[in-house]
Amino acid sequence: MDRSNVDSSALGNAARRDFLKTSSATALVIGFALPTATGRALAATAAPVFSPNAYLRITPDNRVTVVCGSAEMGQGVLTAIPMLLAEELDADWSKVRVEQAPVDKAFNNPMFGMQATGGSTTVRAHWEPLRKAGAAAREMLVAAAAAQWKLDASSLRTANSQVIGPDGKTLSYGALVAAASTQQVPANPKLKDSKDFKLLGKPLKRLDTPAKVNGSAKYGIDAQLPGLLVAVMARAPLPDAKPTSVNDSKAKAVKGVQQVITIPSGVAVLASGYWAAKKGRDALEVQWDMGANAGLTSAKVRSMLTEGADAAESVATDQGNVRDAAANGAVTLDALYEAPYLAHACMEPMNCTASVKGDEVEIWVGTQSQGPAQGILAQVAQATPAKVKVNTMMLGGGFGRRFAPDFVIDATLLSKISGKPVKLIYSREDDMAAGFYRPASVARFSAALDAQGKPTLLKVGVGSPSIMAASGFMKIPDTGVDEFALEGIKDHPYDIENQRIAYGRREPGPKVWFWRSVGHSQNIFFMEGFIDEMAAAAKHDPFEFRRALMSRQPRYKGVLELAADKAGWGKPLPAGVFRGIAVAQSFGSYVAEVAEVSVGVDGTPKVHRVVAAVDCGMTVNPEIIRRQIEGAIVYGLSAALYGKITLKDGRVEQGNFHDYPVLRMSEMPKVEVHIVPSTEKPGGIGEPGTPPIAPAVVNAIYAATGKRVRSLPIDPSALKKA
Amino acid sequence: MIKLSVNGKAVSIDADADMPLLWALREQLQLTGTKFGCGMALCGACTVHLDGKPVRSCSTPMSAAAGKRVTTIESIGNTRTGKAVQAAWVNHDVPQCGYCQSGQIMSACALLADKTSPTDADIDAAMSGNVCRCGTYNQIRAAIKEASVSLVKGA
Repeated sequence: MDRSNVDSSALGNAARRDFLKTSSATALVIGFALPTATGRALAATAAPVFSPNAYLRITPDNRVTVVCGSAEMGQGVLTAIPMLLAEELDADWSKVRVEQAPVDKAFNNPMFGMQATGGSTTVRAHWEPLRKAGAAAREMLVAAAAAQWKLDASSLRTANSQVIGPDGKTLSYGALVAAASTQQVPANPKLKDSKDFKLLGKPLKRLDTPAKVNGSAKYGIDAQLPGLLVAVMARAPLPDAKPTSVNDSKAKAVKGVQQVITIPSGVAVLASGYWAAKKGRDALEVQWDMGANAGLTSAKVRSMLTEGADAAESVATDQGNVRDAAANGAVTLDALYEAPYLAHACMEPMNCTASVKGDEVEIWVGTQSQGPAQGILAQVAQATPAKVKVNTMMLGGGFGRRFAPDFVIDATLLSKISGKPVKLIYSREDDMAAGFYRPASVARFSAALDAQGKPTLLKVGVGSPSIMAASGFMKIPDTGVDEFALEGIKDHPYDIENQRIAYGRREPGPKVWFWRSVGHSQNIFFMEGFIDEMAAAAKHDPFEFRRALMSRQPRYKGVLELAADKAGWGKPLPAGVFRGIAVAQSFGSYVAEVAEVSVGVDGTPKVHRVVAAVDCGMTVNPEIIRRQIEGAIVYGLSAALYGKITLKDGRVEQGNFHDYPVLRMSEMPKVEVHIVPSTEKPGGIGEPGTPPIAPAVVNAIYAATGKRVRSLPIDPSALKKA
Repeated sequence: MIKLSVNGKAVSIDADADMPLLWALREQLQLTGTKFGCGMALCGACTVHLDGKPVRSCSTPMSAAAGKRVTTIESIGNTRTGKAVQAAWVNHDVPQCGYCQSGQIMSACALLADKTSPTDADIDAAMSGNVCRCGTYNQIRAAIKEASVSLVKGA
């Protein structure tokens, strides 16, 4: 069984192999030629500056500026990236500033070979190169001080942005800017032992907080340009849909509307401001040819995916003797699990501001894929990539949605065609109802247990559309197994001798995409729900049952035990409150969660408390880790309780937060996050908290009611007391 | 022209009476700290104060704002409550993506101006119109309580 899925998450191995040709896919050479600043990487400054690599500038005022190539969408990269560099530089943290990098291959994410942010990779990918960048600069500053003092460099030490001599004399980094710049960049700077870390592992405050509490932080939607037109679109409802007729006379009559432009993805109304553009868009009369998806319904999606789960012709795991194990089981069980399409529902609606002038393109956008955007827009605008300038703004949520290039392409096309700078804003409704969904999925499970309750067989068939195929930059391997469709199932941690795990690709139509934790988001619900069913069939405690099957998985076991311990597993709870547990590994990190849930007489579940344990290897910032796990739990809980995108007559039925509800303050459980101390290399942190929450909650509901929830979102009417 | 006061300044806006206040703030006055989230008063990202009361500016027509005092995130720090709330937000490092936080802060300030020592139920009632997709609700609650303590102490 393949248990080496750690790196192949969201945009890992396959992205490295297959990423579209348009990006300059030269991976950062980690061992060790630090890229120097090129092109726009270095802001031209008149004052002397020490900038031994693209990530760092030190100025005579002792200010350290770290340049961050990753996009900030809440996950804390604008703090974590400077911490990595500042640690090895021995910088005075109070003097460290961060700025957003331009697109430059110096800032390629080494795990992707392109400048992009996703797959919970930022810390994992930059852990070594950013520390080396800081260490190299530190050695150059020390060498400069040694030359000035005529001392041996080995007699000097550094702290708080100062070089300190053996007699205690000091030179600030700022005072060494000119001299350090003449030093040779060391080929192999020495990195600290983790026990000597002063910043890494500390809960430092985020550098982006002050601007986010006074309204000054600039998101993509805040871009301002003279003469800007605002565009709102009627977007094609499903990928195949084409506008067959457009009557724009009423739209053009709206005061402020200037142009109506049809592009491949829909019809755009360009106006002096959003309100006029939105009124114009609502006045459009567009007839769509829905193509192959005409009349598509959720019932049809479900039957296609169920057939795919039962056929499951692409085999990922075939181990032992499945047929004999099924025949010889003392107890057998089977179950059908389902998960719906989900929208990302980022707080900031998708938007991009573009200005195309001749062969020059400039965009202002919150995007997870700045590097690819540059290449794609060069094609869209028939320019060279060097003529495409991408200004990365703050992202009002990403969750995978902002990895997609649709809004960037549309804005650039509209600017090119209209001849004006254009800010394109998808209305909430047009964003939600036109694709880029977490795939709907159906999974058929069966298992056999021996007389002692030990599992002897696990058989799983999953039917779902392929994200790899939808991505446009990945290829399904020859096995036919989309790597996201089975992640979290094919790499489960349990000792089971006979297994068959297979995939049936079915494509009902709606555009599918990466959604926080990707395949794990539904597969851990399926897997950890069914493991709970196996525990019940074995008449074992669900925590002990899991634990006993993890003989080769110490890190899984570690988080499972820690979460159970901190939650007081087995100890009494208030009347009517019950516990459920689940565990997962994703993106190189291990997370177990215990949910405490009660179910009202009307069947409504209430989650009172969630206790999480995480092992993400060495920690950069434990407070950011706790917040990411907590936030990921909220994201997963919103989906488990409410999230569904449904189809009727070929159209998505949801459009805004009234029919796509998300968790609110009054429903927020208490959350505790415990971190396992570790010296393992860092794992990802933005996504791994999401997968275990849905199964932890439904397993608690089983404990409370004896009813299994096998389909999300949870349906209270099925839990109502009879 | 529609006349109103925004952050203490008299302004005249050339807009239709049915245009939401949000777009006057963001597009005409360049006060982009107030955010667009849903356009239907469902998410609270656009919350501002109208004569001191919290309103969803995406669904407040200019006609309803005419002649009134509007306060946005850009000036709430000039009030005693706003200053305490922003300080608590910084102290708790509340924001993640941060996009909803202007609205969260404006709702929190309105709550604390009304009730200096809100209960958990008061916080639920005042804040449940503000969605946060990053899941910062527990930090928001903690920051409101801290701001409350500092306001009571300083009173």
